[in-house]
Amino acid sequence: MSLRSAADPHYQRPLTRLIDRAAGPLDLPGFEAENGYSSLKKSVREYTPQQIQAIVKDANLRGRGGAGFPAGVKWSLVPMGPDAGEKYLVCNADEMEPGTFKDRLLMEQAPHQLIEAMILVGYAIQATRGYIFLRGEYIVAADRLNKALAEARAAGYVGKNVLGSEWSFELFVHTGAGRYICGEETALINSLEGRRANPRAKPPFPQIAGLWGRPTVVNNVETLMNVPHIVLNGADWFKGLSQGKSKDAGTKMYGCSGRANKTGTWELPIGTTARELLEVHAGGMRDGKKLKAWLPGGASTDFLLPEHLDLAMDFDTIAKAGSRMGTGLIAVVAEDQSMVSAVRNLEEFFARESCGWCTPCRDGLPWSVKILRAFEAGQGQAEDLDVLSKLTKWLGPGKTFCAHAPGAMEPLQSALKYFRHEFEAGLAKPAKAA
Amino acid sequence: MTETIVKLADLVKPAAVAAPFVLSDEERHEIEHELSHYPDSRAASIEALKIVQKHRGWVSDEAIPVIAAAINISAADLEGVATFYNLIFRRPVGRHVIKVCDSISCHLTGYEELRDGLIEHLGVRLGGTTPDNRFTLLPICCLGACDRGATLMIDDDLHGPVEPAQIKALLEAYP
Repeated sequence: MSLRSAADPHYQRPLTRLIDRAAGPLDLPGFEAENGYSSLKKSVREYTPQQIQAIVKDANLRGRGGAGFPAGVKWSLVPMGPDAGEKYLVCNADEMEPGTFKDRLLMEQAPHQLIEAMILVGYAIQATRGYIFLRGEYIVAADRLNKALAEARAAGYVGKNVLGSEWSFELFVHTGAGRYICGEETALINSLEGRRANPRAKPPFPQIAGLWGRPTVVNNVETLMNVPHIVLNGADWFKGLSQGKSKDAGTKMYGCSGRANKTGTWELPIGTTARELLEVHAGGMRDGKKLKAWLPGGASTDFLLPEHLDLAMDFDTIAKAGSRMGTGLIAVVAEDQSMVSAVRNLEEFFARESCGWCTPCRDGLPWSVKILRAFEAGQGQAEDLDVLSKLTKWLGPGKTFCAHAPGAMEPLQSALKYFRHEFEAGLAKPAKAA
Repeated sequence: MTETIVKLADLVKPAAVAAPFVLSDEERHEIEHELSHYPDSRAASIEALKIVQKHRGWVSDEAIPVIAAAINISAADLEGVATFYNLIFRRPVGRHVIKVCDSISCHLTGYEELRDGLIEHLGVRLGGTTPDNRFTLLPICCLGACDRGATLMIDDDLHGPVEPAQIKALLEAYP
C-alpha cells in the first residue's frame, strides 16, 4: 500500500499531505496507517497538559481564523488544576467570511485530522467536553466529521478515560442554522447555548467565563489542525515551515477567488507573496485583464493594490500595509469591475448580517448601503462622500460590542482612499441651466 | 430585494380550525437524542427547530410552543431564536430550496447575472416560491466555495460555477 504522505516526504505540508480529493478522506485504519492519532497518544502518555501548551506557545502558532492571536497564549489563560471543573473546547468551523473556503476542504477531506486535534487540544487545556460548531450549509463536512467521530469513539480516543488515562473527554458536532455573526467567538458561544447569536461584552474573556459560564477556548479549524503536527515534530520544525519567508511560523492555507484562471486553495509556507498566489498558483487574471484591487483575506479586510502584491502574506506585513491578512484567501477585482459596486455588495452583506445589537452597526450599515446604491446609479450627492468617510469612523473600532461593524468599514475606507475617483464618477450630474 | 405583499383580506380572514400541533414520535425521539449532547436543554433549540423543519419543510407558529415545551424553555425564547437564524423557515417553502450565494467572490464572478437568470426562469423574486410549489429562491451568505463562483445550493447539493444559460438544465434534476 502506498502512503499518501509519500507525496510530502519532507513533511512540509502538514495540513494537506494526506488529502487526495479523488480518493476522498481516509477512514480510521487509513489515517492510523499514516501515523494518525500517534500525536494524541504521545501527548496523553508522555506530556503533561502544561508541556503541550508550552510547545505550542514556543512554536508561535497564531490563530488562522483571521485575528492571528497566538494559540498558546490564548490557552494559558484557562484555569488549570484539579479544582478547575467543567471546561470546554469549541472549534469555530462556522466558515462564513466571504471569500474564504479553506476549512471546507480541510474538514471534508481530512476529518480525522480535526477530531485528533480537538482531543489533543482538549487534553492540553484539560477540557471535559468539545464541540465542533459547523455551519449548517456544510452538509458533506458534517457527514464526514460525524463518521470520523463515531470511529474515534469506538476506538477509545473519545469518551471516558481517553487511551486509558484519568482524563475523559466528550466530543460533539453541532451544526448551525445560518448567520455570519456566529463566527464571532462570543456570538458563537451564545448560539451554541441555543440563544440568538448576539456577541457578549469582553471581559470576561471566554477562557475565564465562556460556554455556560465555564472556561472555554474557541479555535479555528486550521489552527487546531496544526497542533498534532507541532507536538509530533516540535516547535523548531514548525518554525522552519515558513522557509524564512516570514517571522510567523508554519504553513498557511492560502487561496484565490474572483476572475482568476485557476481559483483554489493551497497550503504554502506562511509569508508567501500575494503575487505568487495570483500569478503562479491561480495562473493570473482571467481573459488577460489587469488586476485593479484585492482583498487579502475576506470581506472584512482593507483593499490593497497591485503595488502591494510583493508583500509577504503574514499578519504583521499586511497590517503594515494598512490592511489585515484575515483568512489569507485573496479575492481579486479586475480592471473592468466597479469598486463602487463591489463595496456596495460588501456593505449589503454586512448590513444584512448585523445582529442588530449595537446601534452604529444596525443603523449605520444600511445607511452606507443606501448611499452606495445612489453612487452606483449615478445619483450620488457630494456631501454623502463625507458621510461615507464619517461612517468609517462612527462604525470603527471601539463603538460596538464586536468587530462586525469595524470589519465592514475596512473595505469601504480603503476603497475611498484608493478609488475616490470611482465614487466621484457616481455623483449626480447637475441639472442643465435653462 | 425581498418584498412581501400582505393582503388585508388574508389578515382578517378567520383562520381555519387546524388540528393542534403534535410532535411525531420520530421528531420527539430525534430531539431527545440532541438533548443528550448538552448539559443545558436550551442548547438543543436550534437542532430541535431543524428537526421539525426537516420533517415538515418549515416551522409554523403553532409548532413553537410545542417544541419549546419539549426542550423546557419558554415559547418566547424559542420564537426569538427561530426568527434570528436564516436557515429556519417560518413560512412554507417549495419542494426544493435554491440558495444563491450573493457574497463578494460570487459578485465578482457573475452573481447578479445568475440571480437575474433565476428570477426570470422561475418568475419569482428572491424570497418567493413558484406557484407550483416546486422552488423557493433565497439569497445566502458566502457558501465557502468561492473558487467555484458563481455558486448556489439546491437543497443539500452545491453547484458551481453556474452560468445563467445552465439554469434550465440544472433545475430539471429537481422535479
